[in-house]
Amino acid sequence: MLRFATAGSVDDGKSTLIGRLLLDTKALFEDQLEAVERTSRERGDDYTDLALLTDGLRAEREQGITIDVAYRYFATPRRKFVIADTPGHIQYTRNMVTGASTADLALVLVDARKGLVEQSRRHAFLATLLRVPHLVLCVNKMDLVDFDPAHYESVRQEFTAFATKLDISDLTFIPISALNGDNVVTRSENTPWYDGPSLLHHLENVHVASDRNLVDVRFPVQYVIRPQSKAARDYRGYAGQIAGGVLKPGDDVLVLPSGLTSRIASIEIAGKEVHEAYAPMSVTLRLSDDVDISRGDMICRPHNAATVAQDLQAMMCWMTDQPLKRGDRLVIKHTTRTARVVVKELLYRLDVNTLHRDETADQLGLNEIGRVGLRVTQPVFCDEYRRNRTTGGFILIDEGTNRTVGAGMIVSAG
Amino acid sequence: MSSDVDYRLSQLDTLEAESIHIMREVAAEFERPALMFSGGKDSIVMLRLAEKAFHPARIPFPVLHIDTGHNFPETLEFRDRRVAELEVRLLIASVQEAIDAGRSVEQKGRFASRNQLQTRSLLDAVEEHRFDALFGGARRDEEKARAKERVFSFRDEFGQWDPKNQRPELWSLYNTRLHRGENIRVFPLSNWTELDVWDYISAEQLEVPSIYFAHRRTVFERDGILLSDGPFVSRGEHEMLFTETVRYRTVGDMSCTGAVVSAASTVAEIIVEVAGARITERGATRADDRASEAAMEDRKKEGYF
Repeated sequence: MLRFATAGSVDDGKSTLIGRLLLDTKALFEDQLEAVERTSRERGDDYTDLALLTDGLRAEREQGITIDVAYRYFATPRRKFVIADTPGHIQYTRNMVTGASTADLALVLVDARKGLVEQSRRHAFLATLLRVPHLVLCVNKMDLVDFDPAHYESVRQEFTAFATKLDISDLTFIPISALNGDNVVTRSENTPWYDGPSLLHHLENVHVASDRNLVDVRFPVQYVIRPQSKAARDYRGYAGQIAGGVLKPGDDVLVLPSGLTSRIASIEIAGKEVHEAYAPMSVTLRLSDDVDISRGDMICRPHNAATVAQDLQAMMCWMTDQPLKRGDRLVIKHTTRTARVVVKELLYRLDVNTLHRDETADQLGLNEIGRVGLRVTQPVFCDEYRRNRTTGGFILIDEGTNRTVGAGMIVSAG
Repeated sequence: MSSDVDYRLSQLDTLEAESIHIMREVAAEFERPALMFSGGKDSIVMLRLAEKAFHPARIPFPVLHIDTGHNFPETLEFRDRRVAELEVRLLIASVQEAIDAGRSVEQKGRFASRNQLQTRSLLDAVEEHRFDALFGGARRDEEKARAKERVFSFRDEFGQWDPKNQRPELWSLYNTRLHRGENIRVFPLSNWTELDVWDYISAEQLEVPSIYFAHRRTVFERDGILLSDGPFVSRGEHEMLFTETVRYRTVGDMSCTGAVVSAASTVAEIIVEVAGARITERGATRADDRASEAAMEDRKKEGYF
């Protein structure tokens, strides 16, 4: 299964590309297509507007804009795909961040005629900020530049130069025409000078398993299973979803925050024992000692524990109208732990278009990104976001409104 | 669970792990959750996931059935048996009782359906039992409004969904905080497709009601949908009855759930059929979604699942 995020507006051909992928993999159903054709016709459009497929809300259809993330599904014999289709405009940065938070791959579209624009740089930056492991830059509308390799090459060089400022682990360029299908599903004869894969071929084969952290064992305890029944009176299991590493029965473990050690007696999935488990499996651990463990605790290995910290430095994406300021008090949810935080400092605000750091900023507004220092009322068990997206990411909640107001990525802790 | 040397999880295992995580999160963070069970395939899968999430303990929340009174008899019998096996508590919110008590008014005419009235009974049940979280079996691949909905979908004190003002949902961190009277609908199958559901039913060897399999049935056609003849359906004089070999792709209220022509009589045959289907599940079978382009969005705003 591959989750990928796309961002952009109708102009750059994103909807056409998604429509093309869905059509060519037979994921688009006749009644969906008919409904879109009918709506387009009734509105008096000159062509069938495939954006209507993903713009599902009444307000989106009326205004012809994408407001929120839409999830679409398609599958080929090789793989299942989940597309998080996000709006590209700067005022929807938070929605883009939401879509990218769970993506394995980000797809950025660039119009071959226009080259890189502010929006393409911003999308690429947000994808790398969220540590989306694979980035694909599709140089679209190649048909409108007569499949001239010079256009492709110039976008490629311009982006490569920009990418040196970002921390990108895997970057792929593909020249396509979403409208005509060139290099979308199959390799195009119009681009003999391009020797890479078609987009779909790349999506089907990109290796995602290696993106997970299989080294550092991290098991946030989510729920303690203690049956109130005679048959399983002495049963005590620690349920949760593995956030990192590989666990095996017999392994020594360290429990945070208590610091107590024990050994894994068994790993179960609905009563069936498994001989090893790894992220993102949801399992139940049983330990050989009766130690006091509850939700919010973290099980690790004795010589490779998560950082226990109350002071966090993080990149923060702010998601609400009321700006973030020094001294703000909020609720943090990190893995299975919830606590209170106070904002100690705002180190800088980042211009997501130029990557310029404004150190004089004294607040973060809606959709703005910056680096903050936080003090948590009780320790959290964490890693740098770049090492582990699950133990490195957190959300902030406003206690008054209960809204999710911020998304944070831990840069350092201690 | 299957794995290979490079620690890759299969698609079904990945989906199962995500759904179980969601269910445990609800059990840990809410005081009065319940699982909505219709007897349909999605709720059958949901119930199985709940069973697995808390094993060997019992499922730590009750099962809620919004009973339209227009059920396929097979599904009720199935519901009662499954609930007894799992030793979970069953709560029934009856649309008929709401009508009898004057809280709901039956629609009139040929297109009458109790689909809308379900919302009233659901909201009444939420209030009566003070539920703070309700699991629903809806999937994002079903319908375009659902494609935009969060896994943890916030509802205000009137049970309403505000699609333009949803809580951002990042990673697998779910905001479960509520004020009194508000609740959250939780959709653990959000990322499953119709085919995933059938693959899971096959892998887990789950029993499903017999109406999902091909059988002979007396039907009539309305707007391209085959409706079963029966006491809850008012048939127009030009709507002729005929017998056809059909199966149901969804199980809902008898008055608005259509059958599809099919010869698929086993789960394996259904999987082949679904994999090759050219029409969506709701498009093929649900008269209620055809009311308008945004029928589902409008119903959800009012408090529907």
